[in-house]
Amino acid sequence: MKLRRNIATSESGFVFNPTNGDSFSTNPVGTEILFLLKEGMSFREIKDALVNRYDAEPSVVEKDIDDFALALKGFNLLEYES
Amino acid sequence: MKAKQKEKRVIAVTGLNAIDSPGPGVAVIRALHDSEEWDLRIIGLSYEALEPGIYMNDIVHTTYQIPYPSAGTSALLQRLTEIHAEENIDVIIPNFDAELFNFIKIGDKLKEMGIHTFLPTLEQFEARDKLNLFAFGKKHGFLVPKDKTIFSIEEIPSASAEFGYPLVVKGKYYEATVAYTLEQAQKAFHKLQAKWGLPIIVQEFVSGTEVNVAALGDGEQCISAIPMRKLYITDKGKAWAGITLEDPTLIDLAKKFCKETGWRGGMELEIMRTLDGKPYIMEVNPRFPAWIYLTVGAGQNQPASLVKLALGESVSPFTDYHVGKMFIRYSWDLIVDVEKFQQVSAFGKI
Amino acid sequence: MEKLKYERPSIKQLNAGLMNKFGLKTEYNPVTHIDGAPVKQIIADYGSPVFVMSERQIRKNYQNALRAFKTRYPKVQFAWSYKTNYLSAVCNVFHQEGSWAEVVSGFEYNKALNNGVPGNKIIFNGPDKREEDIRLAIENDSLIHIDHFDELYFLIEICEKLDRKPRVAIRVNMDTGIYPMWDRFGFNYESGQAWNAINKIMSTDRLELVGLHSHIGTFMLSTSAYAVAAAKLCDLAYHFKLKYNQNIQYLDLGGGFPSTNTLKGSFLPGADTVPSIDEFAEAITTTILNYGFRQDELPLLMLETGRAMVDDAGYLLGTVLATKRLSDGRRATIMDFGVNLMFTSFWYDHKISPAQEFSHHTEDMVVYGPLCMNIDVVRESVSLPLLQRGDNVVVHKVGAYNMTQWMQFISMRPNVVMVDMNDKVHLIRRAEKLEDLQMMEVMPEYLEKHEL
Repeated sequence: MKLRRNIATSESGFVFNPTNGDSFSTNPVGTEILFLLKEGMSFREIKDALVNRYDAEPSVVEKDIDDFALALKGFNLLEYES
Repeated sequence: MKAKQKEKRVIAVTGLNAIDSPGPGVAVIRALHDSEEWDLRIIGLSYEALEPGIYMNDIVHTTYQIPYPSAGTSALLQRLTEIHAEENIDVIIPNFDAELFNFIKIGDKLKEMGIHTFLPTLEQFEARDKLNLFAFGKKHGFLVPKDKTIFSIEEIPSASAEFGYPLVVKGKYYEATVAYTLEQAQKAFHKLQAKWGLPIIVQEFVSGTEVNVAALGDGEQCISAIPMRKLYITDKGKAWAGITLEDPTLIDLAKKFCKETGWRGGMELEIMRTLDGKPYIMEVNPRFPAWIYLTVGAGQNQPASLVKLALGESVSPFTDYHVGKMFIRYSWDLIVDVEKFQQVSAFGKI
Repeated sequence: MEKLKYERPSIKQLNAGLMNKFGLKTEYNPVTHIDGAPVKQIIADYGSPVFVMSERQIRKNYQNALRAFKTRYPKVQFAWSYKTNYLSAVCNVFHQEGSWAEVVSGFEYNKALNNGVPGNKIIFNGPDKREEDIRLAIENDSLIHIDHFDELYFLIEICEKLDRKPRVAIRVNMDTGIYPMWDRFGFNYESGQAWNAINKIMSTDRLELVGLHSHIGTFMLSTSAYAVAAAKLCDLAYHFKLKYNQNIQYLDLGGGFPSTNTLKGSFLPGADTVPSIDEFAEAITTTILNYGFRQDELPLLMLETGRAMVDDAGYLLGTVLATKRLSDGRRATIMDFGVNLMFTSFWYDHKISPAQEFSHHTEDMVVYGPLCMNIDVVRESVSLPLLQRGDNVVVHKVGAYNMTQWMQFISMRPNVVMVDMNDKVHLIRRAEKLEDLQMMEVMPEYLEKHEL
């Protein structure tokens, strides 16, 4: 899964979808995930990156990323899978 | 060449929702700017990120989000303390019915912090509430339509026996329907109960011409009163245009109202003048109306006078105003970058 | 390299909706201690969920209420409303403070006796008094508050058999301008029923009428209704004196004072809108004082306030079992406590605080209990920090009615502890065990065996 190409993100945690005009805000971990997604990382790679950086169980991070991905999908921020 | 340096004043104002059913905030701010009394800094206080006043940067210098009234006084006081530390506020003018209870409650604490307000007392605020208005009118000798607070549909016939049809069926907080038959009254009862809960208010129907008076009381007497008749009404029941009237009866009523109640602050009297000329008070709004800028046009700047009163200056009552001044409301599209909206939404400050 | 503190990722749509006057509020300041006792330690020692009663808050509430009335009126007596919270340790805090007992069943009556309350300091209220209960109350010289004519006649009958003359009061219901009118309890004032009951009592020689009682409603937000109630009781007492030349010894204004909880659907929080005990005291005492009794004939004023005394002294500590996302994208948080323990969540928006620090990021969520039942909703919509499985929370103001109306449903009832005046934690009711519940069950022999 990938973030839609035209989604604008900022360091302060703002997300703007120019296609439909929706705006969002994310907390720091959320901001980081979006940033890594933009870099082209997969969710799996993101999980490893977060586990390295943060004091958290891999299983917890995995569950949270899945949940976050669900939210992104719900907000129409992800590319459709082909 | 300036004759003298104007005093710096920081005034915070709520009700920046200048939308199709507008709050009075933007009109109050325009009135303050027009007075040219002070070197003004206007702080907007908003509840929603899309209140247009937030983005009117030529008249509102900065805006802070404040917690919803439902969050209670302690959350409000905490937020205002933060804002005060940044801005050093002199006066706050709240403009929403729903927030007044909280602002009145914390009035003393704000004063200790050096923030002035000019609001009615809690007793005055509650006495003019829809549920208590009839008793209020009776006590002070004002004409107020008879009403009855009812909890059951069975009570409608006894009310109609007293008032006759048509009668007005009103919800606890908002909405009113005129019912011409028992069936219509029952239908309205069910609808309003479902929406706003019990009790329901059944009120005598008074027919006539609706007029409004914007007034300001200093706690003892009436400082200003401007009567206005709506010329055009939107589908939301709001004035689109209105005109100032010459009507000594209404001015006298406002004067009597301020004197009898010791009203402190701005207000709007909603009045029905019957065919034989009697002024019935239909509602008392405990704050300025959205059309308050018309008072400036008419020559009595009520918001600026309120600020002076709040700061402890005495203001002598106005005597004259222009009759036949009109306001015509218009909408105006502001152009804003999304960053500003995001800034307000996420950080609560702009 | 030291790892950073983790918080689960969150994304929130920035509200571009219509102006909303009835918004949500955030409740995210952490509560880490109940009085001086650490929340985490209490959970470690007594499990989760666990109810916590603050002895300090109970005494403070009682003393404040007593001060409010005593500084205004010379003769005041409180009676602890057992049904509000009849855990014996809680009752005894009130009894140590000087409260009598107010009970509404034989079970509660015996509980009060077991707690060491002298029989003549027990007020026996309610529509359900069985013969054995009434006999016991008569033996013990308790104050019997008569609820209906059937009870009045029944009582007279028992007194004839026992040849005793108990002290009684009648409960009076009346129109105080509030809705609903509690006319299902007691004798009606306006219709003359109450006066008839008084005359009936005086016409037999079997009962001694010493008091008049009213209890006009619950969670009352109007102080003036109490002034009306007090005036109507004074009226009865006055006419009683005129006709029988005896004094009514006490007026019992009952309870019904609200706590500062926020009722569902109310616009402003309870803490801002609920009248204080002083305001109720002022309304009641000025009415009685101004009624025109002779100073030496002023009746004793009794009060049975429950909720306002104990609600904010009770907390429920719990733990997040899971967080999940509902089909519409909303966050749902499942706690290890639900409506089985918090009956009051049906009518209050209970405040929930996290028990540990979080960032300022919050999420709107629905808070569910652990029951496998759709009705198990603790908060329909609340903004809370980014809670994770295992995080602890503190629910506020659960001291009234929950520890009496809780249900043994699906799971068993947890420990209840009390934090004393020195912040020491005491177990006051241990968690139920399977054996406790099995103990009451009886298995018919033919059902003992099966082959699966």
